Amino acid sequence: MHFSIPEASSYAGSIDGLILLISVLAGACLLVAEVFFFWLIWRFRARDGVRTQYLDGTEPHIKKWISRPHTLILILDVVVIVAAIRVWVNVKQTLPPSDATVRVIGQQWGWVFQHPGADRQLDSADDVYTTDDLYVENLKTYHFQLQSRDVLHSFSVPVFRIKQDAVPGRTITGWFTPIKAGTFDIQCAEICGIGHGVMGGRIHVQDAAEHAAWIAGNTPTVTQ
Amino acid sequence: MATTTVDAHDGHAHAGPKGILGILWSTDHKVIAQLYLWTGMFMALIGGLMAYVFRMQLAFPGKPVPGFGVVSPVEYNALVTNHGTIMIFWVAMPVLIAAFGNFLIPLMIGADDMVFPRINRLSYQVFLLSALIILASLVVEGGGFGGAWTAYPPLSANPQYNLTPLGATLWIIAVALEFVAFLLGGINFIVTLMNARAPGMKAYDIPMVCWMIVLASILFMLSVGPLIAGAVMLLFDQTLGTGFFNPATGGDPILWQHLFWFFGHPEVYVVLLPAVGVTVDIVATFSRRKLFGYRLLLYTAIAIGVLSFFVWAHHQFIAGIDPRMANIFTITTLLISIPVIEMFFVVFATMYGGSIRFTVPMLWALSFLAEFMIGGMTGIYLGSSGADIYLHDTYFVLAHFHYTFFPIAIIGGFAAFTYWFPKMYGKMLDERLGKIHFWGTIVSFNFIFIPLFINGGLGDHRRIFNHQNFPELNTPVFNTLREVATIALVVMLLFQLVFFWNLIKSFRSSAPAPKNPWESNTLEWTADSPPPHGNWPPDQMPVVYRGPYEYGHPDRESDFWPQNVPPAREA
Repeated sequence: MHFSIPEASSYAGSIDGLILLISVLAGACLLVAEVFFFWLIWRFRARDGVRTQYLDGTEPHIKKWISRPHTLILILDVVVIVAAIRVWVNVKQTLPPSDATVRVIGQQWGWVFQHPGADRQLDSADDVYTTDDLYVENLKTYHFQLQSRDVLHSFSVPVFRIKQDAVPGRTITGWFTPIKAGTFDIQCAEICGIGHGVMGGRIHVQDAAEHAAWIAGNTPTVTQ
Repeated sequence: MATTTVDAHDGHAHAGPKGILGILWSTDHKVIAQLYLWTGMFMALIGGLMAYVFRMQLAFPGKPVPGFGVVSPVEYNALVTNHGTIMIFWVAMPVLIAAFGNFLIPLMIGADDMVFPRINRLSYQVFLLSALIILASLVVEGGGFGGAWTAYPPLSANPQYNLTPLGATLWIIAVALEFVAFLLGGINFIVTLMNARAPGMKAYDIPMVCWMIVLASILFMLSVGPLIAGAVMLLFDQTLGTGFFNPATGGDPILWQHLFWFFGHPEVYVVLLPAVGVTVDIVATFSRRKLFGYRLLLYTAIAIGVLSFFVWAHHQFIAGIDPRMANIFTITTLLISIPVIEMFFVVFATMYGGSIRFTVPMLWALSFLAEFMIGGMTGIYLGSSGADIYLHDTYFVLAHFHYTFFPIAIIGGFAAFTYWFPKMYGKMLDERLGKIHFWGTIVSFNFIFIPLFINGGLGDHRRIFNHQNFPELNTPVFNTLREVATIALVVMLLFQLVFFWNLIKSFRSSAPAPKNPWESNTLEWTADSPPPHGNWPPDQMPVVYRGPYEYGHPDRESDFWPQNVPPAREA
């Protein structure tokens, strides 16, 4: 049993790092709060002859115990906001130059993938079409053009930490760079009807030679 | 300001029809409160049993579920969709806002009834109709709607895609009617609190739970408009063939998401605020402490309400909105943590220096705080755009919002129910059975959702009917944790039998509850248990002399000081 999944894209580590940062900062606050809370329950349990203190929360020397922790929370919020936006801008808001582009089309209930052929150009005669299996080359930066033919779907590759909804009528462009060879899950992450639970695909991250061989072996012979 | 007497008690209810019709046509706020309460509890039972069926399918895929049979994908989607819809709109809202709002507001502010008793009656009648429609939608031809409680189009808008033409239409009609019911009820709460308070009760003498229910009603009224419009558009798309959400005819599916979440996020605070109000009142009473920072808490609640209108798109980070927009919503979302934490500080400070009595309602109130903190903290992950890319639509999200909604609706509901039960029915609940029920529910709750946090963190997606179709999700770790969660759910449902046994036992006992069993200060405890029609004899309507939280006052021998006791009588 292992409690982690591979980090198979160039930015997976940064997303995991952000999650770790939040776990440490927010987790520490939660721990302190829960311990303090249970201490309060124990310390001020009803006992014979002990009378309640009468404070109404307007005295400044008492109020500071509320305002000071707030400053700390605000600082931590800012740290998390900065870290979150940095990751977001890198993954979603910028588009690094690509080595190739693939088209990902969601439909009820499967994935259609359009790969560029040997010419590395999409929408040319040697494009390779597949259903439910996406083949990419390791360590190359890909742009994906995400489309849907019917309802909302979501293109999710957990090992890449990438997820993007597919919206009918739009083409949404994103990117990834695989850093680990192997075969991984593609899961539809947005409910898309009764077949949502079977809408799985696989992504095959291949070495350069392997990928070239795959393209050569699957390029359509009939030219259009 | 507060001296106006509103004659809501016009006597017509006595002359109305008897029996079940008499109850349905009653304008007495306490009768309407109980109708909402028991309807809500019945719906909670339905929602809980739905969870049982789909959790069994998730833990033991393909095997027949005892009492249900083999679950089909259509049934699975309908169950998860309607579990969510019912628990939020037909359980959390009727129990926390409608039932306790109706019962408590007139009693706590010293009024004989709501200002608009007939609107109040209409509110419940529309609500009952909506509940019947949502239940009917589950059994019509084609099955219940299965497009998730968020009902994103085009799936929800087009019968060709969702394959449930009747179920989807009835679903949206039921939801829209439920909104109508709560708009009617909300108007009543707001006007009653403004106009019908007992002589002497100033704005800062109002018990916090009344404030919170009224703030929630205002929040609901301000946020629900766009969604009612959206619901009508969706209904037209489904039935008339319009294309508001259809890209092929120039519509936009993401428009619905904005309309939905513009309401959907404030809705979280619509149900949170009443639960906080209940918790605060119970914690102050059983800590025997004056509420720390009354005004601070009230202003904080208002700040949360205002901020909650500016965070909605954190549900849509990866939905295809302009990625630059995510940055703004990350900032607003994380900033809402400040007023929410402020609320907790206020409650902690109230406990500090107190003398805490561990009654059953107090245990529920304390567990609300302990559990909601986990729900709030895990929200930081999802409000942070960068982390949400990975965690969105996983079981992590699901566990997060169950750690908020379960404390709100179920824990908050039980806290309020066990606290005000003696006033509602004039009987006491058994403390020992109450504690067994409490511990059984709380421990099993954590055993349901902590495993799901882990699964979600490992990438397990929600709403997938059978994980065996995904190699990465069909591992021993995932499957073991799914089984733990499911078994814990069954245990939790079984512990509810203790609650029902406690109710039966209490109803059958002959010992009457004292007028003020918890030694509380607020006005409802000065009425008889249960209060008669009109709440107090007309010549003995209460007059208020002080705030609701005067516990442990140094000048007094007794550690509480009811709001209606004239100062002169004290030595």
